[in-house]
Amino acid sequence: MKFDTPAGPNPIDRGRVIGIPHDRIDGAAKVTGSAPYAYERHDAAPNAAYGWIVGSAIAKGRIATMDLRAAETAPGVLGIVTHANAGKLGKGSMNTAPLLGGPQVDHYEQAVALVIADTFENARDAAKLVRIDYAAADGRFDLAADQARGVNPGKDADTKAGDFDAGFAKAAVKIDQHYTTPDHSHAMMEPHATTAAWNGDRLTLWTSNQMIAWGVGEVAKTLGIPKEKVRLVSPYIGGGFGSKLFLRADALLAALGAKQVGRPVKVAIARHQIPNNTTHRPATIQRIRIGADKDGVIDAIGHEVWSGDLPGGGPETAAQQTRLLYRGPNRMTAHRLVTLDLPEGNAMRAPGEAVGLLALEIAMDELAEACNIDPVELRIRNDVQYDPEAGPQRPFSSRKLVECLRAGADHFGWAKRNPKPGQVRDGRWLVGMGVAAAFRNNLVQKSGARIGVDAKGRVIVETDMTDIGTGTYTIVAQTAAEMLGVPLDQVTVRLGDSRFPVSAGSGGQWGANSATAGVYAAAMALRTKLAEQAGYPADQALFEDGLVKLANKSQTLASLAGRDGLWAEDSMDYGDLDKRYAQATFGAHFCEVGVDIDTAEVRVRRMGGAFAAGRILNPKSARSQVIGAMTMGVGAALMEALDVDTRFGFFVNHDMAEYMVPVHADIPQQDVLFVDELDDKSSPMKAKGVGELGICGAGAAVANAIYNATGLRLRDYPLTIDKLLKAQAA
Amino acid sequence: MSSDHLTRRGLLQGSAVLAAAAPTLSAAAPTPKTSGANAMMPVELTVNGREVHLQLDPRTSLLDALREHLHLTGTKKGCDHGQCGACTVIVEGRRINSCLTLAVMHDGEKVTTIEGLGTPEKLHPMQRAFIVHDGYQCGYCTPGQICSAVSVLEEIKAGIPSHVTDDLDDVALSDMELRERMSGNICRCAAYPNIIAAMRDVAEAKA
Amino acid sequence: MRPFTYERATSVAAAAKAAGSVQGARFIAGGTNLLDLMKLQIETPTHLIDVNHLGLDRIEKTEEGGLRIGALVRNTDLAADKAVRRDYAVLSRALLAGASGQLRNKATTGGNLLQRTRCPYFYDTRMPCNKRQPGSGCGAMQGMSRSLAILGTSDACLAQHPSDMAVAMRLLDAQVDTMGADGVARSIPIADFHLLPGDTPHRETALKAGEIITSVTLPRPIGGTHVYRKVRDRASYAFALVSVAAVFGKDGTTRFAFGGIGAKPWRTPAADAAGKQGAKAVAEAALTGARTTHHNDFKKTLVERTLASLYRQQEARA
Repeated sequence: MKFDTPAGPNPIDRGRVIGIPHDRIDGAAKVTGSAPYAYERHDAAPNAAYGWIVGSAIAKGRIATMDLRAAETAPGVLGIVTHANAGKLGKGSMNTAPLLGGPQVDHYEQAVALVIADTFENARDAAKLVRIDYAAADGRFDLAADQARGVNPGKDADTKAGDFDAGFAKAAVKIDQHYTTPDHSHAMMEPHATTAAWNGDRLTLWTSNQMIAWGVGEVAKTLGIPKEKVRLVSPYIGGGFGSKLFLRADALLAALGAKQVGRPVKVAIARHQIPNNTTHRPATIQRIRIGADKDGVIDAIGHEVWSGDLPGGGPETAAQQTRLLYRGPNRMTAHRLVTLDLPEGNAMRAPGEAVGLLALEIAMDELAEACNIDPVELRIRNDVQYDPEAGPQRPFSSRKLVECLRAGADHFGWAKRNPKPGQVRDGRWLVGMGVAAAFRNNLVQKSGARIGVDAKGRVIVETDMTDIGTGTYTIVAQTAAEMLGVPLDQVTVRLGDSRFPVSAGSGGQWGANSATAGVYAAAMALRTKLAEQAGYPADQALFEDGLVKLANKSQTLASLAGRDGLWAEDSMDYGDLDKRYAQATFGAHFCEVGVDIDTAEVRVRRMGGAFAAGRILNPKSARSQVIGAMTMGVGAALMEALDVDTRFGFFVNHDMAEYMVPVHADIPQQDVLFVDELDDKSSPMKAKGVGELGICGAGAAVANAIYNATGLRLRDYPLTIDKLLKAQAA
Repeated sequence: MSSDHLTRRGLLQGSAVLAAAAPTLSAAAPTPKTSGANAMMPVELTVNGREVHLQLDPRTSLLDALREHLHLTGTKKGCDHGQCGACTVIVEGRRINSCLTLAVMHDGEKVTTIEGLGTPEKLHPMQRAFIVHDGYQCGYCTPGQICSAVSVLEEIKAGIPSHVTDDLDDVALSDMELRERMSGNICRCAAYPNIIAAMRDVAEAKA
Repeated sequence: MRPFTYERATSVAAAAKAAGSVQGARFIAGGTNLLDLMKLQIETPTHLIDVNHLGLDRIEKTEEGGLRIGALVRNTDLAADKAVRRDYAVLSRALLAGASGQLRNKATTGGNLLQRTRCPYFYDTRMPCNKRQPGSGCGAMQGMSRSLAILGTSDACLAQHPSDMAVAMRLLDAQVDTMGADGVARSIPIADFHLLPGDTPHRETALKAGEIITSVTLPRPIGGTHVYRKVRDRASYAFALVSVAAVFGKDGTTRFAFGGIGAKPWRTPAADAAGKQGAKAVAEAALTGARTTHHNDFKKTLVERTLASLYRQQEARA
């Protein structure tokens, strides 16, 4: 099915199942611990041996010698995979550095060996016996020091409209500031993990991966085997946030290890290895210039971003939102990429916007203050209903930023905010409120599904789509139930298996809309088949109550399905609606913080937000996505940072004790409003995504609240106690 | 296949093997080789009300004994270093991090895991409350959260103070108390307010 | 984790004797720190002596009117103990500010005193660290040292002592009661129990080989208002940037001990004596000789601010 014209009325609009805050259908499996994750497949791969990764002790250079004798003869050791015996390996097109290093080493903790043993304890112990001598080379690890070496990384790195320099030069009010964000770690709860088993030349990987079809392709490419020989299975994924978009060392080494020892092998990347072995969100340096008239109306806006990555890597596209969020005839954005030898940078929840808005939305707060305008009002004044680079001929498919700002402000009690910083005291706390806009592009991806009705009338959906905590199982079931007119509990959903039709996968917050649109397409095909079977014209048949109806006639799904069941498969593909229309999701974050008058400890007292993201398929799971992302925004604002040792070239705080993420005690009540919206240009579901929208701007709302509480304007994230104390002393 | 089933099977076969004095009594576990440098040690646990007999490497954590030997994989390994709480189980009535303790240290003790609290067919009230309040997303920290949540309500009832208790002799349930006491269970998906709501529900139903 | 043999000790004397006679033997109690380090092979004992069943889990009054706390008393139980809550509230508060509920259920009084540093270079076995591998250098000195100590450090080591409980014990003038491998019991004042790094940062306590902690004894209650204030990067489940334990006596006397800033739990007579002059004076007295890096110099300010916060609270009470 092709989606190339705006959606008209369709069965989803009935809203009997879709749009209802149903409990998750995978809930019972999760709360009882019976949902199987990648390292737990005793059922599928009994007798799996245990692999333990040896990571590089240097950031750059070569392995001079590798002495495996002690490890090989250690108790229980079955084999050791290294570059020397792994055979010729390709490199996945989405991997920047090889997943198995050696003799060349590209970054600290890059896997250089896998030790396989009969027990976990033996594998872990023997891995310590691998002796490696390195010839270390000088590397570059300091983004700030090498900022001037940044190069234009190509495609869309520079954008412009009008004449930014001229516009900015003549502006009555000017903001020109630098902001920095550190490297972030996804820190999902389930480590990267894979159980691998070969059956002849066929490889099965029970793994934790957000993108099944990408994974299959990358495994095949890296191992040099046909895609048809590779199966990936990921029914449950213990968090991803972008860390599991790609093939990583656990999967590759488990496959190589299983081949070498002739039995299934399972590998989890140890927690302390994850920050340096896998990907992270790269640090940024950002410069934002805004020129406005004295009423705050923007005439010129410029956003420049510097970030680093390994050779062949890509930039953190933190200026992305600045192209679309606010008005202004004169605009420019630029990204510069600095080659660094730190571990591999890549996507983390809302790549680009998450850190771009940390900067831009402080800048807007600064502009509001410079113009003496309420920051909510400032954003409303600068709303624009079309792509400001392209002009009115490219309108937004739907854009309810203003509605979000108004509804959110109203609900949060924004009117009570004292615009003058440092005025509100509550005991030992200085109290302040902050606002920030939320923006995240809406991406659509081709997505397929297979849907059937069995002899009992049960509806079954199969797609390689994944549920990384997003609620996919439930919204896919809701979509199928709505389309075929059955209750939710009559639907079985099977996900995350490369034997199922290729889906959009979970990334870029496109999953919910794209994957359910794929189910919609398959369900339309099945409706046609069922109607034909019933002898009714497909376009007149009504699907409800487990029946296919025509006027006063009806037949049950079960009877139409027959003994063998009835199946249909289709996918949703997209035309150029996303070119003709700018498509994005919007929202407004509000935050109240307390800052200790003596110690500068910051506590978030409450958070709220209003969001417009098209049809909300399941308000319960969507709300959870948003509050979870808001919390990650709190982390970015207050505590999250991978500390770089620029001598040794690694992230120093590489475990969960030292890389801080918010805990229960950091997070108060969070209120989420969804503003009514149907986006008929997004898909037949008229939905968009929310999984990333919630982090976009959340941290800036915290930063702006801190400013309102204290009068301290910090532009260097995270806003920790040491920085607040220093700012206070300055 | 439910874990409950596995455990029962483990026990039955375990009993059979006991007589033969074989090296392992867990049916589901791979046959341990004598290859480990460590001499295996007998460990007897009562897990979820069932006695299990294991022969374990002394290095085996309680967490790995549950997951790899008893195939009770509901208890999760998030960090293996006491930094996340995903491995929380209840031993002798108290919640602990099962990753930071050796199985041999618990010989003769009672262990309750998520599988022992309830099953999909017969949910524990806390498990049901987590579903109703969407107190999870990816599900990986969830068993640990639930084991902690159940214990936390007991700890408050027992008058054990916390960091946020104003008067050490007057312990009362509040959202702030729940948040502080649950802080050893990290949820990166951050279902935090939903978890607190679920706990409040269960506490109020009990009261 | 290197292979080891394991035994359950049946008596204190037997445990101490075994520890003294087996090369590489270590006691294991809660295990929350030791096993963490063993998994990374920062600790590599060849023999573990499980002391959990020695009956050292009682809290009892001493003849002097103090409290004897068995070395195996869990953090949770110690914090919740009625007498501790009433007479040594600063100890309850310090314990409750540390770790998580799960860890406090396992961690013991004796073990907590032996807790090792959280310095990230100590934790990464590929990095230089004089404490972990004497003579290898200090990775932190020119590296990331934001969380590390500013008092009692040396050119060899910046490691901070991570314990909260030990800070309160230091404030309360606790005695660490031990039994040696030779069966001889002794009592070590807490002030002398932890060693400064000097040239030998791998030596952390006054314990001799095989010596086991049997209890920690608190002197008679000193009354006054007990407070423990811990400042950290998140609201809970994090080590201190700075912590202050304090007792404000009814007679105007004061005591202060500090965590997060010292190579060991930090207390000075000068700081205690400066109490009447307020936060700034106490901070100045406590911070005499502080050596900071570019990353951790904020701790000096934070000590003063944390004290100011305590004084503010204290005034509000009065």
